[in-house]
Amino acid sequence: MKIRPFLYSFVVLLLSVILSIAVGAVFIPLADVWRVFTGQSPQVVTQAATIILTLRLPRTALVLLTGAALGGSGAAYQGLFRNPLADPYLIGVASGAGLGAVLAMNIHWPYSFWGLLAVPASAFIGALLTVFLVYTLARIGKTIPTTNLILAGVAFSSFAGAVTSFLMLQSTGELRRAISWLLGGSSQAGWGPVLTILPYLAIGLGVLLFSGHALNLLQFGDDQAQQLGLSITRTRTLLLLAASLATAAAVSFSGIIGFIGLIVPHVMRLWFGADYRRLVPLSLIGGAAALLLSDVLARIIVAPQELPVGIVTALFGAPFFLWVLRRAKNQGYW
Amino acid sequence: MFKIESLSVSYGTRKVLQSITLEVEAGEVLALIGPNGAGKSTLIRAASGVIPVHAGSVVVDNEDLLTLPAMRRARFLAVVPQAVLMPPAFTVWETVLLGRTPYLNFLGHVSSRDEEIAHQALQKVDAFDLAERRVGELSGGEQQRVLLARALAQSTPILLLDEPTVHLDLQHQVALMEIVRSLARSDNLAVLIALHDLNLAARYADRVALLVNGEIKAVGTPRQVLTPEIISTAYHLPVRVIPHPFADVPLVLPDG
Repeated sequence: MKIRPFLYSFVVLLLSVILSIAVGAVFIPLADVWRVFTGQSPQVVTQAATIILTLRLPRTALVLLTGAALGGSGAAYQGLFRNPLADPYLIGVASGAGLGAVLAMNIHWPYSFWGLLAVPASAFIGALLTVFLVYTLARIGKTIPTTNLILAGVAFSSFAGAVTSFLMLQSTGELRRAISWLLGGSSQAGWGPVLTILPYLAIGLGVLLFSGHALNLLQFGDDQAQQLGLSITRTRTLLLLAASLATAAAVSFSGIIGFIGLIVPHVMRLWFGADYRRLVPLSLIGGAAALLLSDVLARIIVAPQELPVGIVTALFGAPFFLWVLRRAKNQGYW
Repeated sequence: MFKIESLSVSYGTRKVLQSITLEVEAGEVLALIGPNGAGKSTLIRAASGVIPVHAGSVVVDNEDLLTLPAMRRARFLAVVPQAVLMPPAFTVWETVLLGRTPYLNFLGHVSSRDEEIAHQALQKVDAFDLAERRVGELSGGEQQRVLLARALAQSTPILLLDEPTVHLDLQHQVALMEIVRSLARSDNLAVLIALHDLNLAARYADRVALLVNGEIKAVGTPRQVLTPEIISTAYHLPVRVIPHPFADVPLVLPDG
């Protein structure tokens, strides 16, 4: 397996991480960042250290993990459905999470019961419940036709979206909060969110990292994949579960961030080829880098305020992708 | 050698294949012919375990392949489908290597032995110089040869081909059939090939089986099956059968 794509991607990721730590409403010079990490802390850098360790580092970690989840599961969804338009929200994760989140915002739980986890937990449960329902509806006997999955997902998304919009209109007080969540962005600080989603991401992305070979086989259609020895129902179920788990965890704290899951795999495919054994890990790294850079932009553009990162990914993601597409020489990259 | 025994397939209540029994010897090419909709593709799909069967078995060495998990079955039986809708971005080499799947771990890690076998498979179909090309850039004939190479890389004693010549130019049809027949002999493969062209079947098959409306109507040598009576009835078209001008096989021509 060629090393160079991974080398380049890791370098970009590292730079994104450094930027994410250094940049914000308070710009921390790189020299100070270095001093904090190497343990030299004269008083002058103590303020920087506080910002970095309690705010920037956990936020960087959360954004990195979220981006990785979206990029990795985006690649998996595109492979599973053999469809260049597929993204992690295809079978309803986004609409389920949105409905869960808005429901939680409308019902005023006693703080002691859920605390700060009310919205993320409801979003997570909503996402997984939707996938389960869509999967069950799409199943015919022992097979799960991909077309059925997509159709059931679309139907469910419309339904959930309608209910969500209704709830949002009913509660004028929470409207702004709901919209902000739905547009995507990290609102909670500290290591809590990172540690909460880490196990789900570890499991979900762990499975996806090993799914490259199966995804390659699936590109030739169900018949050929089976004739070559793949158990497609079992594989499809496992991969759907893993990708949905990772996505649900990602959106639970960060809201619905679009474009990363759709565009990053395509960019990686254009640059490094369609072999999913490489594409999934590269999309993971690329997704992390892309979201980190978007988050940095979200923090600087209207500083000291913050834009929802979902707006940044769409605003900058679309032109960037079009630029990459124009520069790509090979026609059949899919 | 393998034996398809009493294989029956239904789509809902409609009986598509009725108790099909066919035997193919190692080193032999058996051509499956019949009008469209007779069930040729269905038979190949059912025998390779892709669609559920109502009854019947596919027996090799006293084992029913249909009861085996997909991975084990893929070590006995390889299928060459028609070259339609192939993912264009994969290279020929990547595609042929996928044929080694039944012998790889779940990561798809390829050993040098696997690469050697894929290498040989490409050479057998005379496509080795295409190795680094993307599948999307190839002609139909080249794509079909790549699929044949992939099936050969699977190293199975049985080869099923589903109308591989349908979209090919004449020279590619002949080239493919030549390769298939010589491989059957040299590698001792039991080959079942569905063909729509009766004269290709006459020239390249050792035996022919006629499938009409889900039933086997005739099995035998080309001379035995390709008779005016049998073919006219099956295809609802009067035909004449004459001796081929320079090959020792029958030649089927539409009459009138």
